[in-house]
Amino acid sequence: MKIHEYQGKEIFRSFNIPVPIGYAVNKLDDVEKVIKKVQNESKKDAVVVKAQIHAGGRGKGGGVKFSSGLSTAVNNANKIFGMNLVTHQTGERGQKVRKILIEEASNISKEFYCAITLDRSLGLFVFMVSTEGGMEIEKVAEETPEKIVKVWIDPLIGMKSFHARKLAFGLQLTGSAYKEAVSLFLNLFKCFIRTDASLAEINPLVLTNDNKIVALDCKLNFDGNALYRQKDILSLRDTNEEDPTELEADKFDLNYIKLDGNVGCMVNGAGLAMATMDIIKISGGEPANFLDVGGTASADTVKNGFKIILSDKNVKAILINIFGGIVRCDRVANGVVEAVKELGLDVPVVVRLEGTNSEEAKEILARSKLSIIPASDMKDAALKVVKSI
Amino acid sequence: MSILVNKNSKVIVQGITGGEGAFHSQQMIDYGSNIVAGVTPGKGGSFILKQNIPVFNSVEEAQSNTNANVSIIFVPPAFASEAIIEASEANIELIVCITEGVPINDMAIAMRVLEKNKTKLIGPNCPGIISVDECKLGIMPGFICKKGTIGVVSKSGTLTYEAIGQLASVGLGQTTAVGIGGDPIIGTTMKEILELFEKDQETEGVVMIGEIGGQMENEAALWAKKNMTKPVVGFIAGQTAPPGRRMGHAGAIVSGGDDTAEAKMQIMKESGIEVCESVADIGKKMKKSLETT
Repeated sequence: MKIHEYQGKEIFRSFNIPVPIGYAVNKLDDVEKVIKKVQNESKKDAVVVKAQIHAGGRGKGGGVKFSSGLSTAVNNANKIFGMNLVTHQTGERGQKVRKILIEEASNISKEFYCAITLDRSLGLFVFMVSTEGGMEIEKVAEETPEKIVKVWIDPLIGMKSFHARKLAFGLQLTGSAYKEAVSLFLNLFKCFIRTDASLAEINPLVLTNDNKIVALDCKLNFDGNALYRQKDILSLRDTNEEDPTELEADKFDLNYIKLDGNVGCMVNGAGLAMATMDIIKISGGEPANFLDVGGTASADTVKNGFKIILSDKNVKAILINIFGGIVRCDRVANGVVEAVKELGLDVPVVVRLEGTNSEEAKEILARSKLSIIPASDMKDAALKVVKSI
Repeated sequence: MSILVNKNSKVIVQGITGGEGAFHSQQMIDYGSNIVAGVTPGKGGSFILKQNIPVFNSVEEAQSNTNANVSIIFVPPAFASEAIIEASEANIELIVCITEGVPINDMAIAMRVLEKNKTKLIGPNCPGIISVDECKLGIMPGFICKKGTIGVVSKSGTLTYEAIGQLASVGLGQTTAVGIGGDPIIGTTMKEILELFEKDQETEGVVMIGEIGGQMENEAALWAKKNMTKPVVGFIAGQTAPPGRRMGHAGAIVSGGDDTAEAKMQIMKESGIEVCESVADIGKKMKKSLETT
């Protein structure tokens, strides 16, 4: 799960990780008041206006503006609030800005990069820092990997001071800034573990002109599997940032991800669902979605799946691919028949059913007299669905 | 022969009195698996599944009374990592964890305990293992398998069934099929399963099915290049998956670099693995590979 920068910074404050003075605004009427408040508390005129959307690349898209005083700040806030922000992560559709963060401007002496995530291959946490802050870390990793300092942390032992010292020395920090960095790194790890984060990234982490270490940005992602014990984190979820169809699917416990093509697909199992999308593409079509109806698909699940797929107006044909194991194909077939009767389909539906009770399922479909196109295997199904458009 | 489990495996089921646990335990018994006990804290002393299977309060108790060496776990995600640790501390040699949705931090800690005790774990979030006609440990439908000479290893459940179905359609049976799971941290890697299949005398070829995310397929491919004498046919699901999105499995997410389907397929090809562009080619490619070696 993702959250906004301003929410992440609130969490940082609660773990004693220094962040700039700043407040979020969710209606334009409050802008001036909040700007003045930030100016007052920071005793500085200059503020930064930052669009709050979940996608990255906000600065390049025009969603982050330095403002020297009140009038420019109000102006910038007016421009950013409500804008459709397009970044490399939002795709062409962009994302509407519904909240902005007004923050004191920092006098930056140096910019660093800092992140914690899981090293999947080792089963350890990896904490990395780099002197190349503000840049895309993937680029640094490719071009100058020696500029990234890493420590690996055993989850049983946790982060120790020597880990943090190695990182701070790696950034060539000295004196009070070094001490502040060491404590920030230890606090960040504490924050990462206690919130069940899957990624904690500060880019940039800055050294200010008056020798302070401050987290200028904040990106926190959380492990979806752990949200059941992270009620505070879960309450930060902003459904405005999510695709409405995906939200609807979520209500029915369906695993759905919207894509840009026109062949809707419904499959049991995540791996088979991905492979189905792939074979549609290979056969000359474009998948409209990923939909895994799970290991216990019933007639109801199938019906709800149908509704979700059909709510995407781009869908011109549907492919159902079920390999029954625990899932019984006859139940799936009943669900298909019910859904088609109830929803009155006007797009072709190709069905491939294999495994448990597949023969009974084929009979159910044949008896229904609905115009469902049966397929014998995955290749046959993909070719038929692409041809049907 | 087979790998990991066979007809001599003595199995306990953790979470045997739950809905899923009871249902699949009966299915496993019907397949011929030697289920010797179940564990549900608080229900020790009772019997379940037509009064045939004794239930114990702890793994330790179940193990010492039955001499079990294998455990399969069906407990809810919040308790799954503890169940793994409990089994490992009770000297179980092989654990299969079916549970989906285990928090990553919990798994990271459980892995350290497994390392210390030298316990093997398959999963979590996996369909389990079938050693054909000997032992079924998990939720895979047994009837689709047929005794034969092909080993199957996969991150996905239904995609494993698809591969088995295709092998059947070209007349090939299996030795053992292993679903290793689709989470970011799993107990046993593809490379480790390839090693077991390479050593197994009955296995003549291996189907390896991966997906986007992580480095496991790449590691397995590089190992196979140096050490594998048997033909390997590979497939990677998620060629059309958009980056940054979690495709069902918690681990199936492209985060950049060489965890894309394209990159993995390239590394596998360079390692001498017969890579299928389309999932529909798995059976045919395996048959062809066997004929040419």
